Amino acid sequence: MNKLTPEELTRYSRHLVLKDFGKENQEKLKKSRVLMVGAGGLGCPALLYLVAAGIGKIGIIDFDDVQESNLQRQVLFNTHDVGENKALAAKKHLAKLNPFVTIFPYAEKLTSKNALKLFADYEIVLDGSDNFPTRYLVNDACVLTGKALIYGSILQYEGQLSVLNVRSTDGSHSQNYRDLFPESPQPHEVPNCEQAGVLGVLPGTVGSLMANEAIKLITGIGDPLINKLLIFDSLTLQTLTVSIPNRNSRANIKELIDYDDFCGLNDQKDKSLSMKEITVQELKSLLDTNADFQLIDVREVHEFEQANIGGEHIPMAEVPHQIERIETTKQVVMHCRSGGRSGNIIQWLEKNHGFNNLYNLKGGILAWAKEIDSSLDVS
Amino acid sequence: MKCMVKAFGITREIAGAKEVVVELPEGSTVSDFKTELFSQFPRLSALTSLFIAVNQAYAEDHQVLKPEDEIALIPPVAGG
Repeated sequence: MNKLTPEELTRYSRHLVLKDFGKENQEKLKKSRVLMVGAGGLGCPALLYLVAAGIGKIGIIDFDDVQESNLQRQVLFNTHDVGENKALAAKKHLAKLNPFVTIFPYAEKLTSKNALKLFADYEIVLDGSDNFPTRYLVNDACVLTGKALIYGSILQYEGQLSVLNVRSTDGSHSQNYRDLFPESPQPHEVPNCEQAGVLGVLPGTVGSLMANEAIKLITGIGDPLINKLLIFDSLTLQTLTVSIPNRNSRANIKELIDYDDFCGLNDQKDKSLSMKEITVQELKSLLDTNADFQLIDVREVHEFEQANIGGEHIPMAEVPHQIERIETTKQVVMHCRSGGRSGNIIQWLEKNHGFNNLYNLKGGILAWAKEIDSSLDVS
Repeated sequence: MKCMVKAFGITREIAGAKEVVVELPEGSTVSDFKTELFSQFPRLSALTSLFIAVNQAYAEDHQVLKPEDEIALIPPVAGG
């Protein structure tokens, strides 16, 4: 059943004539099973090339819906897909690209409960997720099920790529993500694409490289990026490749754990229970009554320039250098776009500088635009 | 000796440049380098996860640095 049909021979003819590729490798692709975690910036280009190349079976897991702000880089989707689940929308488009590929969409969140069972059906997992808990979950599930992991990640103008946990002929496995980064960064340390932005074409490059590495692993051509991390800088087009040490991290991966906890998110939830909050209505009455308080906006410069509600502007990354600008003797309200960043920085200020007069604006400027001032352009 | 350090991701933002120079006495180790780097940029010491590479390989603390060594600061990135 892995023999190529006449239609497939025509479709894949450029592979078939390619030196060192040929029919045998095309049949390996047809026989292979690949799972894509996340149909986002990285998942879209990776999926397009994997489906075009004729991978036999492709799974796509993503619980998120397509949003308008995704379309700047998630090239599988178009304006009509907004609001639709990404895994389902991806399947809809990809099925038209190549009817010889069987696509299984999973419109659900990858969790410690479903990961092992799901991964068991596939040979290679591509991680294009967008948060640290999922990154460690995917890694650990690959280690526990013995699956090769193609890791890609992006932020702003830089991408990272590696081929992890590959089984060699002697039965041992190559380095995994925990050999590279044994500890997860804490929630406020590293921003995500929503907060810090990403150049639209960057995931196109890195996601395509992920598909490239998957095809190499399946067919055995070339040298996959095993035990190495590649860093790609889109601004200079320079790359840096560093070797990943063997820290014997496999020994510590015995079962799937609570990854929110591992990445410090539960601490954050506990702390945020004790954090003081203020609603947009309460803020409005402070402003209306000319109350003596300080309002601080911790968003990035471009966000502040697009729309603001008159707060003093100290971008989150600047706060640690400008502590003296934050009042200590009166009420201080801090806000960001939706309340996440300002909450993180309030916790940091309380912990490291002993502030007890800080209030987080619940729902951020988005809530303000929704409930107080609809003319504010915060799209 | 002057060590050239390439900064990636959030470390670039913290250092305020793609490349920074860290001045060290001859014979300094990676551990000495970290101490000097963190005193220059205290926010870097708060990163729980930072991969420091010397000449494209993971740098062990006891490793002795040479002026021509290529040092890189590589933080984790999760975006997708």
